[in-house]
This record gives sequence, structure tokens and C-alpha cells, in this order.
Amino acid sequence: MEDYKFNFNKYFKLFNIFSISLVIISIILLIFKGLNFGIDFKGGTLIELRSIDNQTTISQIRQSFLNMNLGDVTVKEFGKNNDFLIKFEATEEESKPGTITIKRDLIGEIKIMLTRDIGPTFEFRRVEKVGPKVSVELLKSGIIAIGLSLAAMLIYIWIRFEWQFSIGAILALFHDVLLTLGFFSLFSLEINLSIVAAVLTIVGYSMNDTVVIFDRVRENLKKFSDITIFDLTNISINETLSRTIITSVTTLLALVSIYIFGGEILKGFSLAMILGVIFGTYSSIYIANPTLILLNVSQKTILKDDND
Amino acid sequence: MLYFSKIRIIVIVVLTIIFVYLTASNFFKFDDNLINKKINLGLDLQGGSYLLLEIDNKPVITQRLQNKLSSLRKYFKDENYKFRNLKIINNETISFELDKDFVEKFTSILENKESNINPYYQRFKTHEFNFNVENNLFNLQYSRYGLIEIKKTSLDQALEIVRRRIDEVGTNEPNILRRGSDRIIVELPGLDDPMRIKSLLGKTANLTFRFVVQNDEPSFGSEKLLFEDGSEEAIVSKRIIISGENLLDAKPKMDNQSNQTVVQFTLDRVGAKRFGKATLSGVGKRLAIVLDGKIISAPIVRDAIVGGSGIITGDFTFQSATDLALLLRSGALPAPLNIIEERTVGPDLGQDSINSGILALVIGFFLVIFFMLFKYRIFGLIANIALITNLFLLVGILTLFEATLTLPGIAGIILTVGMAVDANVLIFERIKEEIKTEKNNILAFDSGYNRSKTAIIDANITTLISAIILFFLGSGPIKGFSITLGVGIFTTLFSVYFIARLLTSLYVTRNKNKESLI
Repeated sequence: MEDYKFNFNKYFKLFNIFSISLVIISIILLIFKGLNFGIDFKGGTLIELRSIDNQTTISQIRQSFLNMNLGDVTVKEFGKNNDFLIKFEATEEESKPGTITIKRDLIGEIKIMLTRDIGPTFEFRRVEKVGPKVSVELLKSGIIAIGLSLAAMLIYIWIRFEWQFSIGAILALFHDVLLTLGFFSLFSLEINLSIVAAVLTIVGYSMNDTVVIFDRVRENLKKFSDITIFDLTNISINETLSRTIITSVTTLLALVSIYIFGGEILKGFSLAMILGVIFGTYSSIYIANPTLILLNVSQKTILKDDND
Repeated sequence: MLYFSKIRIIVIVVLTIIFVYLTASNFFKFDDNLINKKINLGLDLQGGSYLLLEIDNKPVITQRLQNKLSSLRKYFKDENYKFRNLKIINNETISFELDKDFVEKFTSILENKESNINPYYQRFKTHEFNFNVENNLFNLQYSRYGLIEIKKTSLDQALEIVRRRIDEVGTNEPNILRRGSDRIIVELPGLDDPMRIKSLLGKTANLTFRFVVQNDEPSFGSEKLLFEDGSEEAIVSKRIIISGENLLDAKPKMDNQSNQTVVQFTLDRVGAKRFGKATLSGVGKRLAIVLDGKIISAPIVRDAIVGGSGIITGDFTFQSATDLALLLRSGALPAPLNIIEERTVGPDLGQDSINSGILALVIGFFLVIFFMLFKYRIFGLIANIALITNLFLLVGILTLFEATLTLPGIAGIILTVGMAVDANVLIFERIKEEIKTEKNNILAFDSGYNRSKTAIIDANITTLISAIILFFLGSGPIKGFSITLGVGIFTTLFSVYFIARLLTSLYVTRNKNKESLI
């Protein structure tokens, strides 16, 4: 049986500076480098292509697509070395010969051109086309979803605890979301619908972690009147540390398993979640709790509420 | 917290057995017909095509405004109104001037709830048109609900036509749903190349038979149209002899004389009569067969066609003749449809996703199980039994509601496995703390359960909030994730507070005098 007695709060100023710098770097990255939006949010076409005979090279495919004049085309290897992911902005383009609009069958044309250039030894495993109108709507609902979940958490904590706790929790959430997005920006990883799902789950997880420690802080506040909030949060973190570690480990075990074995499609999602769990665990200790110290939470904060 | 009545134990055991059975029914075929339910696999797992169609209602509105314009003109003439400048502005406003004497009278007609000139929608409490009058100038515009009515009608019609066309192609269990006021979702499981369906849905299939006029320039009653292959143009009268609505049937056929594929059609009574009359008077003229503003062919009329059936010639392959016949049989769409989103997954990618999803689940599951055993020994075993039950409950509930399982949904299940042990960990850690001050094992366990309750509930509600928001704002596969994550919270609480607690209670009451129980 472990009894942790780490002095977390000894370093909280140092870690706060560290966190704030990371958040600032993330914001700078998000503003100046931006996010690498996938076709879900940018519109465009995605094709997952498998070379059946294993002979096709990435440059052959790239050359073939360049000949098709589809604008900006990116071709990259995807998972196994005979799978490729092709992305370009055009969707169902409408050309206008004379006065009549003719809808082009883009995918059909691409298949014909590819067969001519690299032979018939390929198959399309996945085709996704998102029109400009839909991508704008998806982006909008993604942002609304994240905003709404942050607001819901804020309100929930406010109802269950006191406003000081609410602020601590929400700062931790912003920290986790910004750092995760900053990481995706730094490495130009693709943001698609599943990343939004990951971010929302991170919000839930980070909150979960924060709430457990807060719950203990509140309990200890009621129990001890002569201990400063500085020591009290430290005691609470230590008391719950064993649980914090075990839950993070089991969650990470599940996520790493998805990342390694779950296939290419879930890679981005599981990576975002892994980052989120790490940031979420860290922020419960070094963002949420220091906020309570800074706001000078004391037994009075709790009791005042109970007398209402 | 540790006491369980006999009835409670029985209920828990029975419930667990039911859900184990439900889960198993997905993997084995039971012959009892007791539960005929199965989890649906999402398109990303079984392969298939998802199309989001949007109706372009502009032509419908134009048409409706023109109809309104004609009926107003007729009304004014019938009622001897003096009117000027009756016209449509910007494809949205009907404008006209009335003589002073009629302004008041017509205003009251527009406001009349019984009149057909400006119908009143009882349930919206509004008229079809909003109008304003300046001196003697009237401006009529569709009211918000007038537009909603138009959109609703055209969506209803389009939905019906889309359904008919897809049914005619005969794909496997298509799913056709309305979404919003002007969109249709089409899900086609098992279809890995939606090209044919897309080309069928991309056509309005507005068929008209009209005479080619001999003039060189289009005049008021005619228009210049392109042939379908784009090679030629012809000037065609705007007067419609018969249209697709007059068709009873259409099918592809080999023409014995020319050895070409043609489409044979049968007309209804009205159409047959009109067609007979027109062809009788038009012998020697060219009759253009126009589909969606393009001429398919324009053969010369040799004889009057009175039998009510005929053929459409053209540069057809058997496939294109079959498709044209299908389009004509299923009727014209009220307005063009645009495909604004398309996602197609091939069946082998779907199978690969299932395989890798299940592999990740199995490995993640065993990693968590071994970790818990290593960490808590006997109580790890209890937590693991709860975890296994949890999985059965989760899959069982998904089966019971015939929910759709997607790849992110599988990720949600794996994540639930990782997070589900949290509640038990919270309890066990709390018990360890309680045992330090409380020597009576049963009391320590009891307060361990009690004191960890608020943290567990708070922690799970936060995840539930995320899942609910995702459910309402996420689409397709992501919705599948929110479902498994959300349902997983309830099954976790059940497995922790009933299964794990029951096992803990059985173990602790038997070993209550043992030192360092946990």
C-alpha cells in the first residue's frame, strides 16, 4: 500500500510558468501556423487507394494526379506501404459548355486516368467528398460542440462546487484543449471530425480527473480548519494520487492499444486522446489546484455555501 | 452498502444473464427466435455509400411564382380589374399596379382568410404571401411559411422519387431519410461504387415531347436547345405536347428493324389522345424528345401515332436505355438534387476496420485486466469480472436497441474499458484509506463505498455531458462513438455498484477477520 507524500505545490509556480508558456506557444501556433484541416472542414475529395500488385510507387500516383489538373493534390503513404491517401480540393466540379451545366463524374474520370497511367492494379478503398457548404456547417457544429461542452462543464462544476472551483476546472480544460490543438498544429496533423470527438472526450476526462481531486479538497476543507489551502491541496492531491495514476494508466493502455492496433483511421483520434489524458492528468494537479490557492479558497468558502 | 437481499441478488444475476445472451446472439445463431435483434454495423464497418443530397428549390420557386402570376392575370381579367406592369422581380417578388378604385378591394381579398388568391395556413397563422401596397403598387412575396410549404412539398416529392429510383435499382436495404427542410440522406450498405445511383439521382428526368420549329432564331414561343451529345442545336417550340407525367410505363427494347436499343413507352389516355392528334397534324415535322433541357433525339414523324405507345430512339447502350426507362417510370424530381457530401467505404476496408477494431479491443482489454490483477490481486479479479460484465451489458444494450456500431463506436467501447475501472479504483483506494482508521473490515468497506460515491457520480456525469453533446452535434460515425461512450457510463455504474459490490460483499463477509484485506 502506497502512501504518497510528494510536495507538489513546492513547484507549482515553476510548473505554472511552464504551462503558461506552453499555452502561449500553442496560441501563437494556432494563430500563425493554423490547423491542418482535413476535407471534413475544408471541403474536397479524399481517396484511399490500394495498389494490388504492390508495384505502384507514390511518385507514379502523384504524377498521374498532377496530369489531371485537379489543383492542389497531396499524395501520401497510409499505413501499409501499398496503401495511399490522395487529397485534393475539387469535388463535383461543374463545367459549363454552352449554357447547360454538366455534372462531371470526377471519380469515374480519375479511375480511367489512373488505369491509363499505372495500370488496372489498384482499388479505391474509400472515397469521401465534402462540398464547401457541408464543410462550413461541420466546422461550425464542431466549434459549437466544443464551446457547448466547455460551458456545460463550467455550469456543472458551478452547481456542484463553488465558483472558485469552477474557474480552476475551466482553466485546466482550456489548457488541455489548447495544448492538444497546439500539438496538432506544430506537427501539422490532420484535424477531422474524429478529432473533435477526441477533444470533447478529453474535456470529459480532464474534468473527471479534476473533479475527483476537487471532491477531496472540499472534503478536507470541511475536516480541517487550521491547514492552509496551500497544504490542503497538496494533501488532497497525494491522497488521490494513487487513483489518478491507476486510472490514467488503464485509460492510456486502452488508448495506446487503439493507436497501435486500431488501424490508420483511428490513429489521429487516439493520439489526440493520449495527449489529452496526459495533459488532463497534469493540469488537474498543476492548473486546477493552484487556481484554488490563488483564489485563496478556505473553509469559509465552503461553509458559506452550506449555510445558504 | 455491503448488504444485498436475496431478491436483489436474483435480479442482478438474471439481468446479467439476459445481457450476456443478447451479446452472444450477435456472434452465434440461436434458433429460438426469442430475441431477433442484432447490432447494425455502420457503413464504415460493413462498407457502403452515404450520400447527402440537397434540393435546389430555385426552379420550383420560379415555377410557382409564374403559376401565381398567370392565375392573378386570369383573376384580374375575369373580375374586370384594370392592372398594369404585372411582373416578377428578382425571382422573388410579384409586382403589379391596380387602378385606384380596386386597391382597397384587392387588399381585402389578399387579407381574406377564405380566398384562394392568397391562401391562409391555419396552423402557421399566416398567409402564403406577404404583401405591401404603396399608392397603387402591390408587391407580393412568399412569407416564411409560404416558403416552408414549398420546400416541404418538394422535399416530400423528391423523397418519394428518390426512393422509387433506388428501389428500381434494387440495392440491399437502402436507408432514405429526410434531413432538415431541403436535404435527403441516402445510405446504401454494401455498395462500393455509387456511380450509377449518383447518375440516376443527378437527373431531374423532366421529359417533354415538342416540335422542332424551322426558324433560324429562337422567338417568343421557342428556344434553342443542345443535343445530348453536344454536337448539334435545334430550335424547339415551348409548347409541350406530352410530358413525363403522361407516361404509364417505359422499358428498354431491341428494335428489330434498326437493331438499336430503344426505350418503349406507354401513354395514359389523355396523353395518347394528345399525342395522336399532334402527330396526325405534324406528319413530316421533327419531334424533339427533350430530357432535362437537352434533346435526346428528334426523329421525323412519319405517321400519326394513335395507339398510345411509341419508342424513343437515341444513341443508347442497353445500360443507358435501361436507366432512361427507369427514370421515366419513377417520375421526375420536382427540382434538381445536388450531392453535397459523399462517403463511400469499400467492403474490404470495412472488414479490415472490424478486424483491427476488435484486435485493439482484445489487446486493450487484456492489458487493463492484467494491470488490475497486478495492482489489486483478489479485488483486481472482482474489478475484472465487473469489467467483463460491463462489456456484455454494453454490447447487450446496443443489441437490444439495434444501435449502429461504427469504427469510432468500437473506439468508444475500448475507451470505456480503460475508464470503467476508474470507479472501482476510486472505491478500492478509499477503502484502503478507511482501513487505516477503522479496524472493522466491514465498516471500513462500507464507508469506502459511501465516501467515494460523490466523486464517482461527478466524474461520470462529466463524461456523460460530453457524450450527450456529441450525440446531438456529431454526425454518422461520431454519433456511434457518443452512443457507446454514453451507454458505457450506465453499464459501468451498474457493473460497479451491483456486480463488483456484490462480489466484494460476498468476499468481505467471509474474510472479515483477515488482516490487510485489500
